[in-house]
This record gives sequence, C-alpha cells and structure tokens, in this order.
Amino acid sequence: MPTERYFQPEIETASRDCLHAVQSGRLVKMVQNCYGNVPFYRQKFDELGLAPGDIRSIDDLQKLPFTNKQDLRDTYPYGLFAVPKERLARIQATSGTTGRQTIVGYTPGDVQRWSEGSARALAAAGCTKDDYVHISYGYGLFTGGLGLHYGAELLGATVIPMSSGNTKRQVQILQDLGSNFLCCTPSYATLIGETLAEMGVDPKGLPLRGGVFGAEPWTDAMRSEIERLLDIKAYDIYGTAEVAGPGVSYECGAREGLHICEDYFYPEIVDPDTLLPLPDGEYGELVFTCIGKEALPLLRYRTRDITALVREQCSCGRTLVRMRKPKGRSDDMLIIRGVNVFPSQVEHVIVEQGFTPNYLIEVERKGNMDTMTVLVERMITDLPGEVESAAKRLQGAMLSTLGISVEVKLVGSKHLPRSEGKAVRVVDKRVL
Amino acid sequence: MTIDQVYFYLDNNPGELVEVLRLFAREGIDMRAYSVAENNEYGVFRMIVRDPGAALEALRRGGIDAAKNRVLGIVVPDEPGGTVRAFEALSQAGINVRYSYAFAMARLGKAFIILRVNDNAKAAEILAAAGVQLVGNSDIF
Repeated sequence: MPTERYFQPEIETASRDCLHAVQSGRLVKMVQNCYGNVPFYRQKFDELGLAPGDIRSIDDLQKLPFTNKQDLRDTYPYGLFAVPKERLARIQATSGTTGRQTIVGYTPGDVQRWSEGSARALAAAGCTKDDYVHISYGYGLFTGGLGLHYGAELLGATVIPMSSGNTKRQVQILQDLGSNFLCCTPSYATLIGETLAEMGVDPKGLPLRGGVFGAEPWTDAMRSEIERLLDIKAYDIYGTAEVAGPGVSYECGAREGLHICEDYFYPEIVDPDTLLPLPDGEYGELVFTCIGKEALPLLRYRTRDITALVREQCSCGRTLVRMRKPKGRSDDMLIIRGVNVFPSQVEHVIVEQGFTPNYLIEVERKGNMDTMTVLVERMITDLPGEVESAAKRLQGAMLSTLGISVEVKLVGSKHLPRSEGKAVRVVDKRVL
Repeated sequence: MTIDQVYFYLDNNPGELVEVLRLFAREGIDMRAYSVAENNEYGVFRMIVRDPGAALEALRRGGIDAAKNRVLGIVVPDEPGGTVRAFEALSQAGINVRYSYAFAMARLGKAFIILRVNDNAKAAEILAAAGVQLVGNSDIF
C-alpha cells in the first residue's frame, strides 16, 4: 500500500475545530454576499424574518432557506448570480441529466477553489505531478472535462485533453503517449476497456495506473469490472455543476466513502419529504451550502442525490467528512408497483450474478400494471443452456433484492447502447 | 491435445447467418467444421477454423461477441461401429459429452469428431488409453 498522498494536507487533515472556524467564517461572509447581491435570497430572508447578522457560525446553518433545481430554472440564466459580469471568469452548465440545462458561473477564485477539489481527488487517487492525465470527460459546458483538466494542471501533472468519443483513438493515445491516469464517466471507462480488448491491447502492458471516474452513480461491482478491463485502480469522484463540478468529494486510498471538501462545500443530509436533518449514517438527500463560492453562492442546495454522511476518522488520515457512494438521485428512483427501485441496485445484482454492467431498464404500464424489463448483455458461453439458467438465477436475485418481479431479457451487446458520457440506463415508457 | 473452437451467438432471423458468412469470406476465414444449434431467440454457432485468433478478431470487428474454448478432436475409422469405441470409453468413465459434431473424410476413410466434455485432460487420457487417436488444430488443416 503506497503512502497516502494529499494535495493540501493542512486542510485535508485539519482539526475539526480548525474546520469549524474556517466554515463559520466563510458562511458568515457568504450570507452577506447572498443578502446583499442576490434579490432572490434577500426576499427569502425577509420573508423568514432573517437578517444576515443572525448567522454567526456554521451552527446557524439550519436557519437558512433551501435552494432547489427549480429556483435555478426560474431564474435562468443568471438570476442567482451574486457578482457582475466583469467579475466572472467562466460559465458552465449542468449536464441536463434531469431536464433543461441550467447555467452556473465562477469567479477566478471559484475556479481556483474548484480546481483545488479536483486536484485533491487526483492526489488521493495516487496521481502526481510526474503523471500524464488522460481526460476523456466531455469538454465544453459540461463540468467534467474542464474540472479535471484544471485540477490536474494545478497538481502539476501533464494533461492530455482528449474529451470523449472516438474510442479507438482514445486507446491509441493511451498506448502511444503512455497515459498514467484516466478520467471519464465509469460507463465510458468500461467502453474504453472493452475496446482495448477488441483491439487486442493487453492492459498490463500499458503504463495506466489509476482512474478517477464520476458524473454518474456506479457500484463497487462496476469498479471491479473497470479495474479488470483496464488493469488499474479506480476511484470515485463526485460533484454537481450547481455546487462546483467534479471534486466536491472524492475517494482516498481507503476507498470507504468520498471525502467532501467541506471547507468549500458544506454538506447536510435531510429527509427529502420533511427537509429535517437526518443523523449521521442515515441515507437521505444530500444538501450543499457553497461557502467557498462567490459567483453562485447557493444556500442549502438540494442535490437530489441520495447518500449518507460518515464522521468517523478515516484510515487515510483525512479529517474531512465522508459521504457514501450515492445510491442514485431521488429523481432517478423508479416507483414500480409502489416499490422504490434505484438503477444502481439493479446494476449491483447484474454484476453480482456474473453479467457485465451494460444494461437497460425498460418500464412500461400494461393495463394498470407497471412492468419492468431489464435487458442484460448475455454471457458468451458455448453452452446456451447455461445462459438460460443464469437468466433464471438473475431473475430470482432481482426478486429477492428489489422485492418485485422483473423480466430479464438476455440480448446481444449490439442491442444495448454504448455510452461515451453519461449512460442512459432507464427508459420509462409509462404515461403517468 | 485439444482443439480451439470459436463460438458466437446469432439472432434467429433470416439473413443473420448470411451476414456472418460474408464476413468470413471477406476476412479469409477458413472453416473446417461448424455446427449451429438453435435456442429459441438465438442460435449458437460453433466452428473449428485455421486461425482462431484471427477469426475472433474479425468477428469482434464485425460487432459480434465471440469467444473461444478448447474441445477435443478425435479421428475414427469411417465405417459402421467406428465411433462407438470412443463413446464407450467415455461412458464407462462416467464422462458426459455436452455436445458433439462430426464430419467424414471419405477419401481418407476417416471421420473427424469434435467432443465437448467438462474435463478435457481426463477425457483425453481415457480416449488415449482406449486407443482413440486425438488431433489438434494443425492436424486437420
């Protein structure tokens, strides 16, 4: 086990008292910025009878109003910005996973702090200034590409800015330029791994050592698949554009949860229905207050990601609070015949039963009945009887894990879409 | 001694097989034996070819999921009763044959049989002890 690397040990391993002081100072400043410069927030404060002076430390956080996705849509494009145009350095947008894109903005300081998060993530994954970092996230308004790009540069590494697509060329560059780290979505990492095999390239012969993957929820089972296909260690990175982008939280060498850059992005877990805070360890909706942001200082932003916080000290030495791998988004959640189903649970069962994590969930309503069909890539064996019995096993495992019966269809890989960015895993044909 | 077999699935629709055979023709894949087994929605195509590695690559390039495994190849006399000795030996040893396909080389007076068993090493030992001739890929091209 190599020794743990930190990009900013002074903050990543700071005492809780020190973090509390940093967070409190930034929150007080942020609240003044919100009240003074964002009419939307000033109105909310006034409605609540809340004055900026009422917020004296991070312990007062719960007095503040929530912000949600709809607020960004209602004020599209710039309504929640707290700085004039001349102070902005960058515009990005949300990936539009859950509907219309919304616009986010950064001051030069915001870009710097976001990049620090992304550099911390790369360092925690074992990346150093001597590495080539191959970035196959999409570049552009999507935060993935530029987020890791700036993080890798800040770390002092050498960036290979590939963007996504043209997978054979990606493999060629991995080989020719000797990339050491790969950054992309986990589904694209799988596709690159499969393409490697198709092209007859042995991953053991490549200098590729690790990967930092995010922008969609993925399971530990998928991690094993990526690690096998690419012969690397795979690390999770989390972020949402509204909060900053990739690097809001990241896995360390222990890989038991993602450390949140809580000096910039203060997390809470709330019950999505009552909005009341939940105790540590309980799963609920992740909420961030962007205490390190100037341009778009969102208060208690509801990410809709479902996860839990872990406060126990991590073996890596970081004191930053950890979040569990998100189970999914509250709006990814499917309700099938009254039962809550997350695509990540389905994926977990698929890989556990020995199938590849390439699948598609189709939901239909026949009569008054919801039906869920899971299309899975059939295994290749010379004994088709084994495929049939594996399908039956998979169906049984789905029933016992999800609590509902699911139709399993094994199909050839060409019948399943391959993704170069965020994978489409669910097709809901119900007209509700 | 074993033989490399390449196998893949085909959807059970008119034209699927033609497309694959065209691919073989284009890529110069030389088949010595094949078998297609039907299984409701799809068929399993199993084949013995001159260069299994090249065949695999060609299939994958053509967007077909293919894999290879090792099976046993035996040569028996092309005459009534020529095959039974081999199967008797396996059956006495309690070895189950999962599937088998064969072709005769009439001019040589021999028949060539592919056997899929669970334990190649054990089956090969028993066949050899029973005086059955085992062959490899290079023996049949």
